[in-house]
Amino acid sequence: MKNISINLQVNGKQVSSTVEPRTSLVDFLRDDLRLTGTHVGCEHGICGACTVLLNGDPVRSCCMFAVQANGLEVTTVEGLAPERGQLSKIQDAFCEKHGLQCGFCTPGMLITCQALINKNPHPSEAEIRDAISGNLCRCTGYQQIVDAVVFATKETI
Amino acid sequence: MKAAPFDYHLAENLTHTKNLLNEYGEDVKLIAGGQSLVPMMAMRLAKPSHIIDIARIDELQQISSFEKTIRIGAGVKQCVLENHSLTSQIPLLSAVVPWIGHHQTRNRGTVGGSLAHADPSAELPLIAVILQAKIQCENIDSSRAIPAKDFFLGPMWTTLDAQEILTHIDWPMWHGDGIGHAFEETSIRQGDFAMASAATQLQVDASGKLIRLHCGVGGMGGTPYSFEHITSQLIGQTLSKEIILEFSEQAIQQTEPASDLHANAAYRRNLAKTLLRRTIEQSLAMATSSFQHHPR
Repeated sequence: MKNISINLQVNGKQVSSTVEPRTSLVDFLRDDLRLTGTHVGCEHGICGACTVLLNGDPVRSCCMFAVQANGLEVTTVEGLAPERGQLSKIQDAFCEKHGLQCGFCTPGMLITCQALINKNPHPSEAEIRDAISGNLCRCTGYQQIVDAVVFATKETI
Repeated sequence: MKAAPFDYHLAENLTHTKNLLNEYGEDVKLIAGGQSLVPMMAMRLAKPSHIIDIARIDELQQISSFEKTIRIGAGVKQCVLENHSLTSQIPLLSAVVPWIGHHQTRNRGTVGGSLAHADPSAELPLIAVILQAKIQCENIDSSRAIPAKDFFLGPMWTTLDAQEILTHIDWPMWHGDGIGHAFEETSIRQGDFAMASAATQLQVDASGKLIRLHCGVGGMGGTPYSFEHITSQLIGQTLSKEIILEFSEQAIQQTEPASDLHANAAYRRNLAKTLLRRTIEQSLAMATSSFQHHPR
């Protein structure tokens, strides 16, 4: 099976690589680029742990092959903070409101919530719940995650 | 949970796609958004030796108004339908888009992909059947327009040949006053596969008498059900709550739902009957109120 050359932007940096066509985007990010912040959960599009931004829109990186991202821009959880050692507003709010326990769903939750805030700076609780409906969390019962998004977005008023 | 090896081909245009399909015969799959195909490949339910990526083909991503229809390219992403001005000409289509999967899957999943995948609980196949959309398919030699009701043969099974590509879908526009529509769905989690769903679009005259009624249910058998063939008895009538309930009961008797972990067949029938009744009632209310808002 012929390998394919790809060029894409990941967290603002241009990346060139050669991949086997069957390599999923999430495996490419984790195994080839060593960006292990994005988590692999169910690997068939149910849990949302692998959510990344593709050209600014949240997508499941387990449900696409790396070759399909050729020429596109990917943002992973590592790309959310303004600088190393700092937290983005939504990351800080997850800390403040205990929006995580085990942390497995957190990268996908953060990316999904960031995508929501980018489009809708002051979402209602119902809009927040709708936005995270594709991300499973087995620890928080979702309430603290909703609280965190409310906290992050109320502050900016 | 990793896909089996395959060769990847990036299609440049429709002609290139058809040539590739012809070349690789039966052991080939088209990929656009991949929201159904990639999970199936990850679970090794699908193991094609060749994948043709049609996501970059501009001619599959157009939405246009065409005589009395809205033509939607098969490669149009579901998220694009959410805010597109022409989609609002097919209000039932606009109404179901938020019910298709989740935000993350609508950002990749396409209109043609959902139809070609033919999940019996999916939203787009149901409304394609109800609205009598025409599904356009092409192979290297010819093209054909398939009425949606003839397109779906069973679960994940359509009339599409291995060498054919679904290119676009023509959705008929309804014109005039007194039109109403509604969609209802029940699932375990918002965005998951429907346990049952129902959709209705109808038209009444100024006195409230029924002119046409298109309705159906999803998730109740191998393909979406349309009940248009049993609506003729209702044309010309003023629909009362009792008539709607009786019709819904009669319609659901025709379905053959499966039992699973979440609901047995009897529960599903009861659920679908309720959803169908609600969509007809809501559509009727919308249709009737449209006259009150625009008095003659």
